[in-house]
Amino acid sequence: MTITLKLNGKTHDVEAEPGTPLLWVIRDELKLTGTKFGCGVASCGACTVHLNGEPVRSCQTYVEDVEDAEITTIEGIDNPIAKAVQQAWMELDVVQCGYCQSGQVMSAVGLLSENPKPSAEEIDEYMYGNACRCATYQRIRAGIQRASEIMEA
Amino acid sequence: MTLNTSRRGFLKGAAAATAVLLVGTRPDGAIAAANAENTALNPFVKINADGRVTAIIKHFEKGQGPATGLSTLIAEELGLSMDQIDYEFAPSNPQVYNNLLFGPFQGTGGSTAMANSFVQYRNAGAAAREMLIQAAAQEWGVASTDLSIENGVIQGAGKSASLGDFVAAAAQIEAPAEPRLKDPSEFRLIGNPDVRRLDSEIKGNGKAIYAMDLHLPNQMIAMIARSPQKGGTVTGFDDTGSKDVKGFIRAATLPTGAGVVVYAENTWAAMQARDALDVSWDLSAAETRSSDEIRDEILAALEAEPEYNVTKADQAATLSAIDDAATVVERTFYFPLLAHAPMEPLNCTIEATADGGIVLHDGSQMPTGPHMALAQIFQLPMEKIQINTLLAGGSFGRRATPDADYQVEAALAFALTDRSRPVKLVWSREDDLRSGYYRPAFGHKVRVGLDSDGHILGWDHRIAGQSIMKGTAFEAMMVHDGVDHSSVEGVSDTPYQIPGMFVGLTDTKKATSTLWWRSVGHTHTAYAMEVMMDLAAEAAGVDPVEYRLRHLTGGKDQERLAGVLKLAAEKASWGAAPDGRTQGIAVHKSFGSYAAEVVEISGNAEDGVKIEKVTCAVDCGLAVNPDVVKAQMEGGIGYGIGHVMRDQITLTGGEVDQYNFPDYEPLRIGDIGAIDVHVVPSAEAPTGVGEPGTPPSAPALANAVARASTDLILSDLPMTESNVSFV
Ligand code: FES
Ligand code: FES
Repeated sequence: MTITLKLNGKTHDVEAEPGTPLLWVIRDELKLTGTKFGCGVASCGACTVHLNGEPVRSCQTYVEDVEDAEITTIEGIDNPIAKAVQQAWMELDVVQCGYCQSGQVMSAVGLLSENPKPSAEEIDEYMYGNACRCATYQRIRAGIQRASEIMEA
Repeated sequence: MTLNTSRRGFLKGAAAATAVLLVGTRPDGAIAAANAENTALNPFVKINADGRVTAIIKHFEKGQGPATGLSTLIAEELGLSMDQIDYEFAPSNPQVYNNLLFGPFQGTGGSTAMANSFVQYRNAGAAAREMLIQAAAQEWGVASTDLSIENGVIQGAGKSASLGDFVAAAAQIEAPAEPRLKDPSEFRLIGNPDVRRLDSEIKGNGKAIYAMDLHLPNQMIAMIARSPQKGGTVTGFDDTGSKDVKGFIRAATLPTGAGVVVYAENTWAAMQARDALDVSWDLSAAETRSSDEIRDEILAALEAEPEYNVTKADQAATLSAIDDAATVVERTFYFPLLAHAPMEPLNCTIEATADGGIVLHDGSQMPTGPHMALAQIFQLPMEKIQINTLLAGGSFGRRATPDADYQVEAALAFALTDRSRPVKLVWSREDDLRSGYYRPAFGHKVRVGLDSDGHILGWDHRIAGQSIMKGTAFEAMMVHDGVDHSSVEGVSDTPYQIPGMFVGLTDTKKATSTLWWRSVGHTHTAYAMEVMMDLAAEAAGVDPVEYRLRHLTGGKDQERLAGVLKLAAEKASWGAAPDGRTQGIAVHKSFGSYAAEVVEISGNAEDGVKIEKVTCAVDCGLAVNPDVVKAQMEGGIGYGIGHVMRDQITLTGGEVDQYNFPDYEPLRIGDIGAIDVHVVPSAEAPTGVGEPGTPPSAPALANAVARASTDLILSDLPMTESNVSFV
């Protein structure tokens, strides 16, 4: 069936069967590969995108359920919070292999959007579902705090 | 910076019409230079007429930072700033881009990327500098000693010019056989903690292209249904259900019988079509044991006479010294199977070229392995196979199997087609955990005899487990007199001065495919050694740091190990933990580097342990990129601790019990507090950093947990198997 998606500010008509995870439409149909596949069962966060500004796991979000939503992927996120997060990520060299990092950035933006000055505990709680096999956690924590400072400045 | 990720971008850019200077080595190892037409050379540095400089990276980037590190070496010697250098991954060529520590074999592993490239890449940068300066000196009629290159500008004698202006002339000059390398006092980039990674930006904005992200025109996705028990073979399949999946193309049995390939138009269709497939298996030769049986087999082997006397020590003397000891400390440890679970599931893409060749697109850790395997499968000479190395989303050893497992699967799947469409093989996370290769299970039984003053009289150390190297291409290098060094490294070569040490090894049967896992044998040997050291110190009534230092005298190895031990203890305020906190320490040498770690916890085994803080000191010789070194320690510690807390692969009737991350739970952000890394300043040659952070982390945690808890015997791992809970 044809499904109309609003993604990164544009409208796309895509062919997909009901029950298809949004992740695979984004990656395979729209060829936006910044959103990653890590587990497929909502337990790693590599596939995190925003739905109306809120982080969700696109591997467990079905395409027919998001026709009316504003979807944003790592390629389309460019608000001041995202810029602050990405700048902080570069200043602190958060990444290692980098494969989880699109998802980390999308979740970090989600956190800072609702809580511009999170404590370390609040970061740990919010970011719990974003696994990093390279264990870059301490820099993720520092990166979010640094982004918070950049946003204040 | 821009990373060239176009399909055929690798090195083909060198064929541009404009002048280019390539500096690298000839197959015989001599430094050589060329312009684009000369193909007898594989370069490490490429300079275009527009002055852009590109480092050609022979190692693959799975996060450990070699792309930044090797680019730093070139930039340093050539006189560039870091924003003036790009990088590309080298093509597969075992003669030129080999790991100098592996022989004629290109590969990344054993934490060797910097150690084997340090002089090679600096030579290339320095040779390019001398040639460019010489070309400028000739043109300007000045002495080359009057010229230098700073920030990409050739300057001196009142003149200045861009590197690009002299690329054509420099390419006509013979490369110096021994260019002058900078004295460490002249370094501006090497050792500079402010140098940033070259790949941070593209990995933070989603633009980095991993093998999984490749979309070749007209590609098919292949997924494979594999035997539920390792070693089973296909007897037939029914794809009726698969045919209902939109996008399903067809299914076919692999010629090896190891599985059924499902081809589909996209990944989701491939996943669904594979799920709908009904495969029947011949399991008569398949693994049927459970992990409990594997454990029993290993523990029984520890009680029997060891197969090998590893260090040819006098076993009888050790046993009688222990018999005479005032105190004997004894412990048996069991280490389970572990999966690597890199974040990017395994995958690679194969396509045919118009001239009958094959291209493999892969985040390949050891390109020479798949290169040779593909040459054999397709019956093509090596030069007809190209490997396009892409970024890899982690590896920890998994992307380097001796039998090139997933690349061979992809090649066989491709060979079953008419070759008109590229085939991308994708593994799911379930495939990764269930059909994978594992850190083999190991057991250690250690008995340490102490005299009444707490001095060690004898140390009887038995190890049993599955050899990783036997039966692989690495056997000749790693197995001597029957002993697989990777089974005993970290024990048989311990820098501790231990009197009366005997090390016995017994190889047990292969339970499943075994594979090196970040830090290989040290994953279990460091744990056994360092927990025993703590127990011996406790029995002797001596502080664990002090007790270790007593056994670290007499040589450079001991001095460097003692150095990191003291530094970590000092930085962690060893012995002065805040109220409610308990510390544990461990120190270990691996891959030429020395690392000590102090883990500080609150709570205890019964009420729940919280890991509050880790302090690490590392001596890895000269730290080329100190911040990358710190990041590697942080990551190595997290990797070691995450698994030892709660992860294991178990089998029931030969089938893997775990499915996905929910039952192979990765370390999470809240599991571990701050990690504070201190890098020892050093002028020694650089040694490994990707792995040495891992070995001390688990025993340091174990030592802290044991001290905080009453009557806790941490013999079975992960710790949750020894009744430790975490909060
Ligand atoms: S791929 Fe969606 S959470 Fe892991
Ligand atoms: S950076 Fe590798 S998984 Fe997070």
